[in-house]
Amino acid sequence: MNETLKLTDANWSKAISRKEKGFTITLWLVAISVIILVMAAFLTLLVQSIPSIKANGFSFIYGRMWNPITGEFGALPFLAGTLLTSFLALLIATPFSIAVALFLGEYYKKGMMSQLLKNMIDLLAAIPSVIYGFWGLFVLIPIVRKLQIALDIPPYGVGIFSASVILSIMIMPYAISLSRQVIQMMPSDLKEAAYALGATRFEVIRKVIFPHVLSGLFAGILLALGRALGETMAVTMLVGNTNALPDSIFAPGNTMASVIANEFTEATGAVYSAALVEIGLLLFVVVAIINLVGKRIIKHLAYT
Amino acid sequence: MADPQIKWRKIKNDLFKGLVVFLSLLATLPLLLILFYILRQGFSSINWSFLTNLPKPVGESGGGISNAIVGTLIIVGTAAVMAIPLGVLAGIYLNEQRNSKVARYCDLAIDVLQGIPSIVIGIIIYEWVVRTMGGFSAFSGSAALALMMLPFIAKTTQETLKLVPNHLKEASLALGVPYYKTVLKVIVPAGLSGILSGAILGIARVIGETAPLLFTAFGNPFMSTELSKPMSSLPLVIFNYATSPYEDWHQLAWGASLILILIVLTLNMITKFIESRWKIQF
Repeated sequence: MNETLKLTDANWSKAISRKEKGFTITLWLVAISVIILVMAAFLTLLVQSIPSIKANGFSFIYGRMWNPITGEFGALPFLAGTLLTSFLALLIATPFSIAVALFLGEYYKKGMMSQLLKNMIDLLAAIPSVIYGFWGLFVLIPIVRKLQIALDIPPYGVGIFSASVILSIMIMPYAISLSRQVIQMMPSDLKEAAYALGATRFEVIRKVIFPHVLSGLFAGILLALGRALGETMAVTMLVGNTNALPDSIFAPGNTMASVIANEFTEATGAVYSAALVEIGLLLFVVVAIINLVGKRIIKHLAYT
Repeated sequence: MADPQIKWRKIKNDLFKGLVVFLSLLATLPLLLILFYILRQGFSSINWSFLTNLPKPVGESGGGISNAIVGTLIIVGTAAVMAIPLGVLAGIYLNEQRNSKVARYCDLAIDVLQGIPSIVIGIIIYEWVVRTMGGFSAFSGSAALALMMLPFIAKTTQETLKLVPNHLKEASLALGVPYYKTVLKVIVPAGLSGILSGAILGIARVIGETAPLLFTAFGNPFMSTELSKPMSSLPLVIFNYATSPYEDWHQLAWGASLILILIVLTLNMITKFIESRWKIQF
């Protein structure tokens, strides 16, 4: 009697430890497979772009001509287009982002207005990229065209400027959410000390809050930049898709993401499709670095 | 008060506040314009036949987007089935083994994965799935969307489980409950609302993605429910019709946009509801 009990006891604990092991191993396998997935993604891009790296070398980065028929692959117009649209978008979005972050994090922390504004900004992040592009095509482009006629420049409508405006709307929520958090996390004793010295709210914001949250704002803008660099659909629909170096911010151009979207399915020949994959590889690496630096800054903030 | 310097400081203070409020209100203007325009354009093109018919060639009226609606549900549903279990398990691992080396690298990998531009995800899945399967397919589209959902779900699971207080776990272990049961029956249920709303938000995030579908699911003018064949989806239809030169097709695209926005908004609303209803509180 006693022996059977012991036996089942032993069996039972064996079964438990087997399940226990199975459970931990499953979790471990999933974690490992996520790591492998990302490494494999990077390696796939690298391997697939080898034909282009071999054929084009460094001229890929500074070459101005992108001509698949003659086999010339210089991606400079796309690099320039991506950098121009992204930084222009940041330039437009930053003042608005900081204003909204101050509105939500400092001026009106509670109440219906701030709740409403917060929800609206969240919605801005929820709208699909292709709908931004569609709306831009039919509402923004005619306005830009009128502006261009008024400024007496060729009224393309589509171009770097239009793409940047749409991009700035799309990346705003990402810059705002982080900036708001760091402004809210700001210890109130510092602010109160400044108020006690007779500072106005503006002076507190400028001389106490801003210096304190500067790195947080920077991280937020950096993450927004990461978004902007990889954004595809809306930009593809508005940038004009001209494979030439843009000569002004109103000129049509092309970006790294949109050239992939436009040409990847039609790319014939090993070097051509490899060149497009190489653009993807560049995007992958640049965005990964920007994101990791941004996350590092945030982590650093959280510990101090 | 007579001191002009104090007066000037007060004016500057008011001016700055005015500027902040003005810019904040201006920042909401695009959203209102977009929603207004889509509602106005979309409503006129939505009717029963729009939801149940297949697209018709240019010039014939009465075309619909039923294949795109069905396609979106299938593609996103399959993606969710792939991504949610993996994402939740990865999130549990990240929370449970947070100090291990594997967890650190896994965290890093998830950060990188989250940042990969959607179009690059499209290339990666093209090389992995489309090439090996020998053609565009709905399954490859699902795989691309799953790859985009995975990091998001893992992150939200991790963040949610972080909030579950340690004493619950300790109490369970002290009662002699095995570790795996403690995780599955105590820790995960305590964070279930967060995990659930994370999963729904993950779906809402990828349902409007177009770029990763361009060279995976590819699109299909006919009704298709086979995962191994190209399949239509709402974002693809919007993109193709919006960039076409035909007025009828633009109308269809507005209708499709309205439906897509409504789906996304509903999913967002559900997560807000779940979060407010079953918030983790201890």
